[in-house]
Amino acid sequence: MNSLIKEKTVNFSFIIPALIIFTLFWIYPFFYTFILSFQENDLISAPKFIGLSNFKLVFTSGDWWSSMYNGGFITLWALTFQNILALMLALSVDKIIRLRKFYRVVFFILPVLSEIIIGLLMKQFLASEPVGEDVFNHLLNGLGLGFLAHNWLGTAYVRVITAMVHCWKGFGWAFIIFLAGLQSIPDQLYEAARIDGAGAWHCFTKITLPLLMPVVTLVVVLTILGTMQAFAMILALTGGAGGLTTVPVMVIYDHLRHNIAGLAAAEGLVLGVILVAVSFTMFFISKKIREKYGVLPS
Amino acid sequence: MYYRAKKIVILIILHAFLLSVALSCIFPFFWMINVSLKTPQEFDADYGLALAHHFNLDNYKEVILKAGFWRYFLNSIFYTFVTVVLIVLISSLAAYAFSRLQFPAKNVIFYMFLAAMMIPLPAGFVPVYILLKQLHLLNRTGYVLAMTNMGLSLSIYLLKTFFDQLSRDLEDAARIDGCNKLQIWWHVGIPLVAPALSVVVIFNALNVWNEFVLASLMFTNNNIMPLQVGLMEFSNRMVTQHTLIMAALTVAALPIIFLYIKMQKQFVRGLTAGAVVG
Repeated sequence: MNSLIKEKTVNFSFIIPALIIFTLFWIYPFFYTFILSFQENDLISAPKFIGLSNFKLVFTSGDWWSSMYNGGFITLWALTFQNILALMLALSVDKIIRLRKFYRVVFFILPVLSEIIIGLLMKQFLASEPVGEDVFNHLLNGLGLGFLAHNWLGTAYVRVITAMVHCWKGFGWAFIIFLAGLQSIPDQLYEAARIDGAGAWHCFTKITLPLLMPVVTLVVVLTILGTMQAFAMILALTGGAGGLTTVPVMVIYDHLRHNIAGLAAAEGLVLGVILVAVSFTMFFISKKIREKYGVLPS
Repeated sequence: MYYRAKKIVILIILHAFLLSVALSCIFPFFWMINVSLKTPQEFDADYGLALAHHFNLDNYKEVILKAGFWRYFLNSIFYTFVTVVLIVLISSLAAYAFSRLQFPAKNVIFYMFLAAMMIPLPAGFVPVYILLKQLHLLNRTGYVLAMTNMGLSLSIYLLKTFFDQLSRDLEDAARIDGCNKLQIWWHVGIPLVAPALSVVVIFNALNVWNEFVLASLMFTNNNIMPLQVGLMEFSNRMVTQHTLIMAALTVAALPIIFLYIKMQKQFVRGLTAGAVVG
């Protein structure tokens, strides 16, 4: 009996280092966020319990909801433009034989690099001083497309451009996942369909798309989670552009920097709950779709 | 004949599409390197679009030596190396135990680690920052510990599932030869999971190397700043010095691009590891 207890203790000791770090930096902060959200905490004087005031402030704050709007705007672009582009690229690479590896390597460079590098590089590329005199406009002029030149990081275009840069950084990642999904579809299915007289469009809508559904759901959910929490690239690119491209995490970060920690925690909780709800809904919808099409879950 | 022609036309369209997107990925980096080799006067004249005629390394000298990028670089290497070593040791110990050993509350604790991976915490840095401040750990140690936690759950999950697929024959042999559990983990377990460890190493190394939010909150002292925070500070200070900023960006980006091209399979697996779990 004694030796059994000793053995279990030895076994348990294997996870003790992981458990200590996890408790200190995940479990404690997780619950502390809830406590913090009910406090007025300036990180210097003693925290004060203020009930739901922080949440009231979050729900009535124009700045917060406009940052949610900006985040949602970029997310919509990422969901449509970025992911459709990624799917088209994956379908194309799946069709060709030559240069396949080259495209795979090149498309994945951007996801590997840091958000700060991408943000600062694109800022140099697009920012104009004097107005209109940036490299990108210069390039457009050189290509005879001078009529398209604009002040890209000025108030009129900054939001769309931020979304575009975000999509540009992220498409390679969705591309790799789509490509892996496409390559897992067995060739026999296409051969059988072709013998039955199906054309390319039929093959795509009846075989590729239904079998790709689990991968599509995955990419959609991860795009929403990733884009709604985007921050560093946008900070480096625009610094918020006077509210036009402030995103939720930027607001949280700023409030913490200005020692309004309780409000920052409340904002984090509101966003976290929304994100959990969205991803559960997405997985639920995709399960329904898969059941309808009679495709086995992967 | 008709089908052949049709096929060739389709191939040309596909390659034109793919090449134009590929060009958009590569061009800004060529431009970045090109500008970093120019003087400010040359940049003003052609926006860095004309090829630099000579290898003028003055910008690099200025950035690496005077602006202290050598230090940011070494700091980033330090944080990345220490964090990755810690994660590999701690997570492989835990993963081995979750896969092979019996102890109370095993499943509950494992599911806790899983839950940590799934729940999005957009403001996770707020309580962590306050905790580190209260513990007087707004320094190298605190940063390494917090970053270790960031990669722990996924690493444990990846290694545990890998251990689960391995046969226990070698471990049994080691036990008969008189190894204790710790020796089996070190001499048999770690070598066996080496393929999965490469994914764990790349995933976590990139994660630490590219991390910005927590580092920018924690470090105001230039001596212990990592590269990403140093870059941001430098670009805020040198707004109009385009050629210098480009040299700094090249210093930060080029080593990663080279490493990636050398080991792109591991990079792709490392970066998509998180997605596969979801």
